[in-house]
Amino acid sequence: MKSPFAKKVTAQADRHLINEVAKRLDAPARRQFMKYSMSLGSLAMLTGCDTSSDEALDKMLTGISRFNDRVQWAIFNPDRLAPTYPDSMIKVPFPFNAYYDVDQVREVDGSTWKLEVSGLVADKRSWTLAELAALPQMAQTTRHICVEGWSAIGRWGGVPFRTFLEKIGADKTARYIGFKCADDYFTSIDMPTALHPQTIMALTFADHTLPADFGYPMKIRMPTKLGYKNPKHVMSMFVTNTNPGGYWEDQGYNWFGGS
Amino acid sequence: MSADKTTWVKVHPAMVRICHWGNAIAIILMVMSGWQIYNASPLFPFRFPKAITLGGWLGGAIQWHFAAMWLLVANGLLYLVYNIASGRLRMKFWPIRPGEVLHDLGQALRGRLAHADPTHYNAVQKLAYVGVMLLIAGVVVSGLAIWKPVQFGVITELLGGYEFARRVHFFCMALIVFFVAVHVVMVALVPKTFIAIITGRAKAGVVEAA
Repeated sequence: MKSPFAKKVTAQADRHLINEVAKRLDAPARRQFMKYSMSLGSLAMLTGCDTSSDEALDKMLTGISRFNDRVQWAIFNPDRLAPTYPDSMIKVPFPFNAYYDVDQVREVDGSTWKLEVSGLVADKRSWTLAELAALPQMAQTTRHICVEGWSAIGRWGGVPFRTFLEKIGADKTARYIGFKCADDYFTSIDMPTALHPQTIMALTFADHTLPADFGYPMKIRMPTKLGYKNPKHVMSMFVTNTNPGGYWEDQGYNWFGGS
Repeated sequence: MSADKTTWVKVHPAMVRICHWGNAIAIILMVMSGWQIYNASPLFPFRFPKAITLGGWLGGAIQWHFAAMWLLVANGLLYLVYNIASGRLRMKFWPIRPGEVLHDLGQALRGRLAHADPTHYNAVQKLAYVGVMLLIAGVVVSGLAIWKPVQFGVITELLGGYEFARRVHFFCMALIVFFVAVHVVMVALVPKTFIAIITGRAKAGVVEAA
């Protein structure tokens, strides 16, 4: 955390390089790669490890991950707040992270952008940026925790998601909300987290308009979930009772991803 | 057969042997998958070689880590409940006197530590085994602190916040790995302890140096 700026940047560059290689493997290749490595790792314990036992292992691990979703859903306390921090602790520069490199960040035109709303909601009309900015706003300085392990404190501001969900008449008894993004990223969250008082439709970062790197024009910010659950450049959202999965979740990251 | 005069004594009850191997598997899976997770964002200027990690990539490692954690915790609780309820924990590991630890350590380093009675732990063993129990408790608690820094925020706070808890988790792991390394060397030097943790029995009255 106290490493000099240059060092941090180099470390980040290293990480991006490694991530880039991993990302350029498509999902089946990645799974194949994972299975291969798993057999290497399990050789010591599982003699005669063949493809069928690898598939069985894969199935078992996915099953346990689904079980862990249910455990996390059960222990999620809708009233428990993530800690907030003084603005002096905001990480500068705040790290960029996505499934692509920073030079491939999508530039979304905020003047024509509209948030599409569908699924189990009363009012399905689209929302412009100006309309979202006219709703009640809040801002909070919280810790962003990446599944990779690193964390960084940032300040996000925007519309409390609960306010928005109530405004559009979302069915609060529905289980999931799915998000689709301009960068072809997609993810989904549970309704209790969507209604959490710290879940924000973020329009600002550090009290300035959300930069492209961090998801302009709108990202969903949840200090109760890991970074990959916080979609950037959100283009559409839908309320549903069928789990929509997610970009990383479908490849093996835990779906609930709660903090 | 010349073993007619050998007397065998019961060293480890079945429950202890089951828990030992359950724990061994859980620790191997947790450490190897943990190293892969560490590699995604290293805390220190090194990475663990791919060959000794588990999961292939971050997502796979996380699946392993968060599956094996149930084995580690369930097995550990079973061990503790059994050992506390049976009185074995106090009988085998208490008391640990610093003077005895120093004395036995000195003897061990000079290769003169007696292993006449395999049912009795020397002071260094007591300290090491209780120590690794505490380290596993530490790795579980710090793991909870970084897995659920909001839901279990109190634990995270007590461990000095998310970033500090992450380092606590790492150092508990490092000390556990150190224990395992020494443990395996000691077993290699006194092979009958290996037989004992499988069959539960050991030859009595044989003095060996370790």
